[in-house]
Amino acid sequence: MKRYSAFAVAREAFRHHTGWERAWRSPEPKSHYDVIIIGAGGHGLATAYYLGKNHGIKNVAVLEKGWLGGGNTGRNTTIIRSNYLQDPSAAIYEKARSLYEDLSQDLNYNIMFSPRGVMMLAQTEHEIRGYQRTAHANTLQGVATEFISPKRVKELCPIIDISGPRYPVLGALWQPRGGTARHDAVAWGYARACSDMGMDIIQKCEVTAIKQEGGRVTGVETTKGAIGCNKMGIVVAGNSGQAAEMAGFRLPIESVPLQALVSEPIKPCMDVVVMANTVHGYLSQSDKGEMVIGGGTDGHNAYTQRGSFHHVEETVRALIETFPMISRLKMLRQWGGIVDITGDRSPILSTTPLDGCFINCGWGTGGFKAIPGSGFGMAQLMATGHSPLTEQFGLNRFREGRFIDESVAAGVAH
Amino acid sequence: MSTRLNTGGRLIDRTQIQNFSFNGKQLSGFAGDNLASALLANDQMLMGRSFKYHRPRGVVTSDGSEPNALMNLGEEGRFEPNARATTTPLFEGLYAQSQNHFPSLEFDVGAVNAKLARFLPAGFYYKMFIHPRPFWKHIYEPIIRHSAGLGKAPKARDLDTYEHFYAFCDVAIVGGGIAGLQAALIAGAAGKDVILMEQDGHWGGRAPVDGDIIDGQPAEDWISATLKALEAMENVTLRTSMQGSGVYDHGYLLGYQRLADGAPGADGPRHRLWRIRTKQIVAATGAIERPLSFAGNDIPGVVLASAVRDYLVNFGVSLGDRTVVVTNNDTAYLTALAMKDAGLEVPLIVDARTGGAGALGEAAKAAGIRVETGKGISSVKGGKRVTSVEICAQAGEGAPLEEIACDVVAMSGGWSPVVHLWSHCGGKLIWNEAEAMFAPDPERGPIGADGAAFVTTAGAASGAMTTAAALADAHTKLGGPGQPTPAQDPLTNPIEPVWMMPQSASYKLRSKAWLDFQNDVKVSDVQLAAREGFESVEHAKRYTTLGMATDQGKLSNINGLAVLANQLGTDIPSVGTTTFRPPYTPISMAAIAGEARGEIFQPIRKTPMHDWHAQNGAHWEPVGHWRRAYTYLRGEETISEAVQREVKNTREALGLLDASTLGKIIVKGPDAGKFLDMMYTNMMSNLKVGRCRYGLMCSENGFLSDDGVVARIDEDTWLCHTTTGGADRIHGHMEEWLQTEWWDWKVYTANVTEQYAQVAVVGPNARKVLEKLGGMDVSAEALTFMGWADGTLGGFEVRAYRISFSGELSYEIAVPAAQGRAFWDALMEAGEEFGVMPYGTECLHIMRAEKGFIMIGDESDGTVIPQDLGLSWAISKKKEDFIGKRAQLRSHMTDPNRWKLVGLETVDGSVLPDGAYAVAEGANANGQRNTQGRVTSTYHSPTLDRGIAMGLVLHGPDRMGETLDFPRVDGTVVKARIVDPVFFDPEGEKQNV
Amino acid sequence: MLILTCPNCGEAKDETELHAGGEAHLKRFGPGSSDADFEAYLFERENPKGVHFERWHCAPGCGKWFHAARCTMTNEVFGTYSAQTTEPPENIKDAITAKRPGWHWRQFS
Repeated sequence: MKRYSAFAVAREAFRHHTGWERAWRSPEPKSHYDVIIIGAGGHGLATAYYLGKNHGIKNVAVLEKGWLGGGNTGRNTTIIRSNYLQDPSAAIYEKARSLYEDLSQDLNYNIMFSPRGVMMLAQTEHEIRGYQRTAHANTLQGVATEFISPKRVKELCPIIDISGPRYPVLGALWQPRGGTARHDAVAWGYARACSDMGMDIIQKCEVTAIKQEGGRVTGVETTKGAIGCNKMGIVVAGNSGQAAEMAGFRLPIESVPLQALVSEPIKPCMDVVVMANTVHGYLSQSDKGEMVIGGGTDGHNAYTQRGSFHHVEETVRALIETFPMISRLKMLRQWGGIVDITGDRSPILSTTPLDGCFINCGWGTGGFKAIPGSGFGMAQLMATGHSPLTEQFGLNRFREGRFIDESVAAGVAH
Repeated sequence: MSTRLNTGGRLIDRTQIQNFSFNGKQLSGFAGDNLASALLANDQMLMGRSFKYHRPRGVVTSDGSEPNALMNLGEEGRFEPNARATTTPLFEGLYAQSQNHFPSLEFDVGAVNAKLARFLPAGFYYKMFIHPRPFWKHIYEPIIRHSAGLGKAPKARDLDTYEHFYAFCDVAIVGGGIAGLQAALIAGAAGKDVILMEQDGHWGGRAPVDGDIIDGQPAEDWISATLKALEAMENVTLRTSMQGSGVYDHGYLLGYQRLADGAPGADGPRHRLWRIRTKQIVAATGAIERPLSFAGNDIPGVVLASAVRDYLVNFGVSLGDRTVVVTNNDTAYLTALAMKDAGLEVPLIVDARTGGAGALGEAAKAAGIRVETGKGISSVKGGKRVTSVEICAQAGEGAPLEEIACDVVAMSGGWSPVVHLWSHCGGKLIWNEAEAMFAPDPERGPIGADGAAFVTTAGAASGAMTTAAALADAHTKLGGPGQPTPAQDPLTNPIEPVWMMPQSASYKLRSKAWLDFQNDVKVSDVQLAAREGFESVEHAKRYTTLGMATDQGKLSNINGLAVLANQLGTDIPSVGTTTFRPPYTPISMAAIAGEARGEIFQPIRKTPMHDWHAQNGAHWEPVGHWRRAYTYLRGEETISEAVQREVKNTREALGLLDASTLGKIIVKGPDAGKFLDMMYTNMMSNLKVGRCRYGLMCSENGFLSDDGVVARIDEDTWLCHTTTGGADRIHGHMEEWLQTEWWDWKVYTANVTEQYAQVAVVGPNARKVLEKLGGMDVSAEALTFMGWADGTLGGFEVRAYRISFSGELSYEIAVPAAQGRAFWDALMEAGEEFGVMPYGTECLHIMRAEKGFIMIGDESDGTVIPQDLGLSWAISKKKEDFIGKRAQLRSHMTDPNRWKLVGLETVDGSVLPDGAYAVAEGANANGQRNTQGRVTSTYHSPTLDRGIAMGLVLHGPDRMGETLDFPRVDGTVVKARIVDPVFFDPEGEKQNV
Repeated sequence: MLILTCPNCGEAKDETELHAGGEAHLKRFGPGSSDADFEAYLFERENPKGVHFERWHCAPGCGKWFHAARCTMTNEVFGTYSAQTTEPPENIKDAITAKRPGWHWRQFS
């Protein structure tokens, strides 16, 4: 594969860009692979990538019923942070964040990781205490965060109104190396790298059945025929329930709509990511200049990829309280995704009752930021049967009552 | 040059001159103009710069789909970026500045990007700027960000107001063109409740501009007559300047009404958001003309043919002296004829179709206009304005046959039905090969609650492209009686799709043929994306940014799809469309937020004594939707000093706490005791009438969720106190179990939190002040600890609970809410001689911590079970079941290694940092430092004059006296000893007096 | 923006007047139940693509819980009914069968 660089672009410029290769091949499936990953979203592609890169397993197919990166990877608000309270969460999100730091170089694809800093506003006494606790925990977890004053909040983000009136800003948990990345590029970069390793990414290939023999997975039936495998990873987010049903087990998952919206683009006015959990809203500015806005989930199960407008109203209303300037902007576009939410709102990276079949799901509203760490840990789990990153995220925790509850400090938003 | 003609302009009032400012120039227009028409009347064709290459941009449309003519409008608190000049009504004093350039519109240094265009193809940024790593954040990204963006960021607080409005109807019709009017007439006459909305300020849409004949009369007359008929119907509501912006499930239509955009500062709201529930939505939203893809089609002066016609007919504005028309369908001939008719030159109509037009072709020839069929434009010449076009054979590669001087190119690539509202909620489309367009598939409309389609389209939105067909479509869809209204237009010959002009254009031409004018996406970019494997329409869109500009692809999407399909060697329907998302055109954030801002964003709940607190130095703390006094500041003292004073005074004399926010829930009925035994971990059914008991509640998942004192009022009545934040939640929790699990139990609940004011009277002098008020017997013998009694105090009917959350002699006195303030005043007055002071929540917290009492939300955080907190004494062993009991039997809940509650005392007397963790040796497999405990609450105790804390520690209760290390965030360590959590008066001598 | 008719009020309620309460007809398992049953009761959910039985709370209205049968793919509502029942009533099941022949949800069809 030809490497991407400014020189390559310059070279191509003089021959009308005719020399660029396909970013990924579009092969027909083989009859058998060592590993099949179902789902070519960010998590599935990252899993495949690290299987190859870290464990030398390259006879891999990634099956995608639609187009790669077309689910929540391409629908989120692109926030990357790892300022989580509980150790297992902080470990996997910080692994992800640190991999994001070098991901453009690693993949030879500019995924535009922008460590512009993430702040989570404290707007009640309770939040102050919660974020102070998180800051202490992060220090011991090797996650660089600090609790900052309202004055510092204002310096870092001048468009915030720290005075209220309803919810004055009392401080913030600040992660200077949190930020954003270009969401599509993450999927495309992993896909290109996987394809380059010889892996087959097969789009428009829907899995219709999961085959097993003697309690062990043997392959899948798809719209492009039967494909065999030794091991399988199910990485299909909102559709996990259906996939698990095919594999013969059930999941502690519910799928609900999550909405987001962007304003029309404006010149740069905000160089940090801000999350305001008391009022359930978060805000950042994309490189294009759009103000990217997210909020809480809709309450009911649905697979419609659209939500109810009153949630948008609530989010925008809340953010105008803290960011009065957005009042005069216009909403360009709103959209919805389907998020898979577990019983403790933390993800599942786990073996399953079906031997050789692994599952990675339940990222809820927080999946994008975890993609590299999730793929790293999942690949390790699938290749070796064990990963310290995924150990605490097993399915068994629901039976044992051993939850990983992040709502303790962070409210609802991820 | 573009100019105002001496005659014409059906929408303007030439008697009303309106002065405005554009980029500092003082210009004028007429009432009825929009900003675009007024600028064009002043020969201002150049209106902006493109997003990526900063190419000069002129207006290309006459409506809300405009991608180029976006303005910074207004100033200060009435500033708005990205205002479309085409939909901004002109008004006296309008202040506009063009966007995305430096230092000026005419000379923009960013235009260097255009010179570098060959180095900046689709997706170039994914392939570059990779090394060295820090450069992306610190060098490349800031450059890209400053080059991108469009309008300026608003700075000042919004001075306008906004509102929401609910409406309900049988039929909501979006679009006030002839199809919408026809639909409204039919539905209105059938007696249905109708709302008809039109996004523009005037009715009738394109028909009057195009000179259609309807029912034997000019369209204008038919429109007037129809409007008159509609206005006479009481069941029909008509609104202009109101867009149907979005369709949501179950017949929800979002209407966006712009009330004051033409008169900033006028009384009343600027925008109104309509939340409409309707049985049926009729999208009579018309169609949008498509550009043609030829080289140089982005140069100012290349304008949609329909827009050229609109400016001429509606505003009396000529866009130029010499207009070349280029088309693949009949409609653009109307532009040629209209321009010719206005006395302007039309040197040529370039018709890509070999057959040309029918009746309109004859009319053009009769008017002396030269028509070339089977031809195309190979390229447009010009910089900031068109100067000429080169003509070529459409079938060839673009060898120029002829160059024709002109200053306007009026283009038409056909029409696309506006299917957005049809699609928002899942309506499907089908490709109509004959008309070269996606149109709604009437068999697969968006499904409503009843499973039937709730959106229909009417007119051009359905793909009915002639006047007669549009009216007939509206007639059919609305089930009109008799025959459809007859109509005539001169359209005869079919469109021939032209997705590239000329058909086999060279790379050089393709790399200058724009698809998306704002985002600078060209034909060559989409082709590159397809070659690189971005074959899905969503991939191609995201890779090239085609259709992601502020017009959301209204002009570019179909052309782009066609290019993609062509490149992939497939047909357009196999490529499919991207998803249509609300809103149709951008709507203001402020309108979405509505009225609820500032003080009424979330109304504050206030206790009956709230005003007293406010007048007496309260420093507030938000608790749920309440405000509670954190402390009461006196004179110059700090918050911390005030808190310490309150603790000392309460412990030594007398303190009053407004406890009215605590939840109060009455549970009553023959099965109330049984029910409460399920709700609480401890036994409540055996509580004696007249007594109180502290109770714990858990979730079904086993975690501690709330606590409070329960009093038994009579044989079948209990009163349950909850935490302040818990009142509504716990009441809901009780009702949920009663209604959905034990619905045969006879139990009734009522949340009476706001019916009572409650005052905690606390301190050694508590009994004295109550005795001074006089009435009921509050002596140690009559009202024992954990007892309650009804009676009077100072003439107030009260219920007095002898409970204590401070370790002091303490009474909580409830009075009807209406008397809360008077009772508080009476206590303050009577207490003066006993040293009474009010105290706030922080004093409350410190006193409970000194006594080792837990606080929900501090010691518990949703992951803690009562067993962790040494509260096993409050968990009944006798009961077979309670909510959470089964959960607490799971292996992780019974794990002996769970952290347990202890007291913590710093070795040096300092205050432990809030939220600090106690470290253990080593690190875990993920390299995280091992921990063995954490601080749950920490204070400076004025009573003990040292730091005290509670925390959860591994095997804590077995490790009394051990010292733990608590690192601060700066790495320094605080050492603290594990001690009993009861720091003060462990025997309870102070409260039992 | 759903509209559901609260069977207790008898009124069509806007989604803003309702609160979603998750899957309906969960059988409670208390002390004495197996770990597997208890886990399934608390966490395992049908989460279907298609017909779903679910709980709603007429929160600021009559305050009563009720059940709805709704399609999670289209938001079509097949009916609402009392929360005081352990399984979907026949008329609701018939209404679903009329529109989604062959449907199933847990043991119901």
